[in-house]
Amino acid sequence: MVKPVAIIGQIVLYGAFAAFIGYFSTNPIYRQIPDDVALVKLSMSHLGSRECRKRSAEELAKLPPNMRAPLDCPRGRSDTRIVLELDDKPLYEVIMKPTGLSRDGVGTVYKRFELKSGSYKLAVKMNDNLVNPGFNFVKEAQITLKPAEILVIDFNPDRGGLFFQQGRATQH
Amino acid sequence: MSLHAALRGGAHSVFERSENLLDAFFGGADNPLRHLGALGLFFLWILVASGLYLYTVLDTSIEGVYGSISWLTQEQWYLGGVLRSLHRYASDAFVIVMFLHLLREWAYGRYHGFRLYSWVTGVPLIWLVFISGIGGYWIVWDRLAQFSAVATTELLDWLPIFDGVTARNFLAPDSINDRFFTVLVFIHIGVPLMLILGLWAHVNRISRVDYLPTRRVMLATLGAFLLLAAIKPAVSDAPADLSLAVNDARLDWFILFLHPLTDLTSAGAVWTLIFGATILLFALPFLPHPGRQPIAVVDAQNCNGCSRCHADCPYEAIVMAPHPEKRAHKIAVVDADLCAACGICAGSCPSSTPFRSQQRLVTGIDMPQLPVDALRRQLEARLAELSGGTRLVVFGCDRSADVGALAAPDTATLSLICAGMLPPSFVEYALRSGADGVVVAGCRDGGCEFRLGMEWTRERLTRRREPQLRQLVPLERIEVVPVARSEGRKLAAAVAEFRTRLESQGEVANRPPAYTRRNHG
Repeated sequence: MVKPVAIIGQIVLYGAFAAFIGYFSTNPIYRQIPDDVALVKLSMSHLGSRECRKRSAEELAKLPPNMRAPLDCPRGRSDTRIVLELDDKPLYEVIMKPTGLSRDGVGTVYKRFELKSGSYKLAVKMNDNLVNPGFNFVKEAQITLKPAEILVIDFNPDRGGLFFQQGRATQH
Repeated sequence: MSLHAALRGGAHSVFERSENLLDAFFGGADNPLRHLGALGLFFLWILVASGLYLYTVLDTSIEGVYGSISWLTQEQWYLGGVLRSLHRYASDAFVIVMFLHLLREWAYGRYHGFRLYSWVTGVPLIWLVFISGIGGYWIVWDRLAQFSAVATTELLDWLPIFDGVTARNFLAPDSINDRFFTVLVFIHIGVPLMLILGLWAHVNRISRVDYLPTRRVMLATLGAFLLLAAIKPAVSDAPADLSLAVNDARLDWFILFLHPLTDLTSAGAVWTLIFGATILLFALPFLPHPGRQPIAVVDAQNCNGCSRCHADCPYEAIVMAPHPEKRAHKIAVVDADLCAACGICAGSCPSSTPFRSQQRLVTGIDMPQLPVDALRRQLEARLAELSGGTRLVVFGCDRSADVGALAAPDTATLSLICAGMLPPSFVEYALRSGADGVVVAGCRDGGCEFRLGMEWTRERLTRRREPQLRQLVPLERIEVVPVARSEGRKLAAAVAEFRTRLESQGEVANRPPAYTRRNHG
């Protein structure tokens, strides 16, 4: 092939390679969620409760002095049940299983929900000791979600148990 | 034909045609498609060099990381900004050439037998490339970084070992701290170091590795990246804000394509694809393939320990060891696992000369499936049959265009395992035994099935490499034709043109002295 033609061909091909990279390095724009949608993220890492039994005086007396703990607690933890309700309708329900061979680790859950922006009544109920009926933690609030806003549902005993977090603000 | 064989055959054809097309513009030595591995290494060095500078100005605090990169891009655009763009575009190009390299080697069937080690060591590198690439986007800590971090951890959390834990790191604005970026930078430097180590292992079993493409290719690709950096500099999105979802991600589709793929399918489907593809790539060499060809065999009596086969072997399959019978001499030893059975060693052996008078020609290192003795017998038989005006001998290569189709009363053809198997003395022998010209046909430049066969043949015939073609042989009577497997017509045209040229030179011009071998037992 005549050299100028080869040079032009090389310029075109290297240019096409660069253009290909240049375009697909940022395009097409990916829209994961529609513009008017907000996210609710349920994310918890929680150690379930356990049912402890009070040792009697006779039982304690039989134990070596250094092992006379007043409560006899099993190693395993209870499953944790979580129920989400949106505008008084069930949205999601999950049982968090304790991790570990002895079921003594934290249970975790992570779930993302897409909701149209707007106002909702959101309720979260949690029972971390399934020996007992009902829910020992409940959080209800009227929330307003703006487009693309993220609301996090989490649990932290130091922050009052269940809480909602929108932006940097926390609702207890 | 199995589906796999049909797919591979189709891909082979596509690659071969594309390479031939690009040869018209670039030539074999500069054809990027023929040097994908070297090109990838060059892009990696661009990444290392640009990355080192970016690291020096990076503030790894949560407040400072975004600002330091933005400063680099906006205020120091002429250096830091350009290097940042180079870093991004070289990483994209690296991913492209990596996958093309993988596909090409598969298409050409270069993944089993003696190539097993190179193939298997290459597979984990794909993981390292994506870990480095995805992590690199997080360091910027802009909206794209946030999107990728959340999407990646959501994907990871599908695996039972994580189980919803890692995504909690990006739950809310107060979820991450300064230490995160220190760890991230550590990973973004550590994983590429592992990649470089893995690449060393990947090419460990081949000799004369193309660590870099030609200077022209390097300058051209670097120029293309610089031009791209000037036209479309890599910039950050808005700072990450974990309280807001990212609904307009300007994705780098070469590196971050797994995120939309996860949304389109599911985390389970993507992990199935990732693990399935990895297992498939590892398993590919173990699928049924044609049996290996017999490997090179050393004859202790005829090996003089010259080391030429050791120097010429493209796969480091030959080592020199003390000769068992001759004191202070060495002998070539063939590693059966590494030998490609290409015959290049037989072509390099000084004992592979047909001028030796023994009835049975035994050389120092030879191929059992096509010994040089058989080659001499075939050549002598074909020369005896030659008739007509301008008589040619065409030496071909089994991996290149079929020379058998050119056989005619005035054209003798012999196909070798590789053109590199041809000792130059056979060319002289043909010309002194009745041939008017010799054509050596082999793979296109840069496309040799056994990497260096055509290169060594050219150098031997032009007296730049041992064993050299002797001075008494006129180079005008030799034509080297690089052709791909599908280019039979091109070869025929080249042979016809060569014949016409020889005829125009006249009968007696530059003819080497005639020779007739005397047989000895």
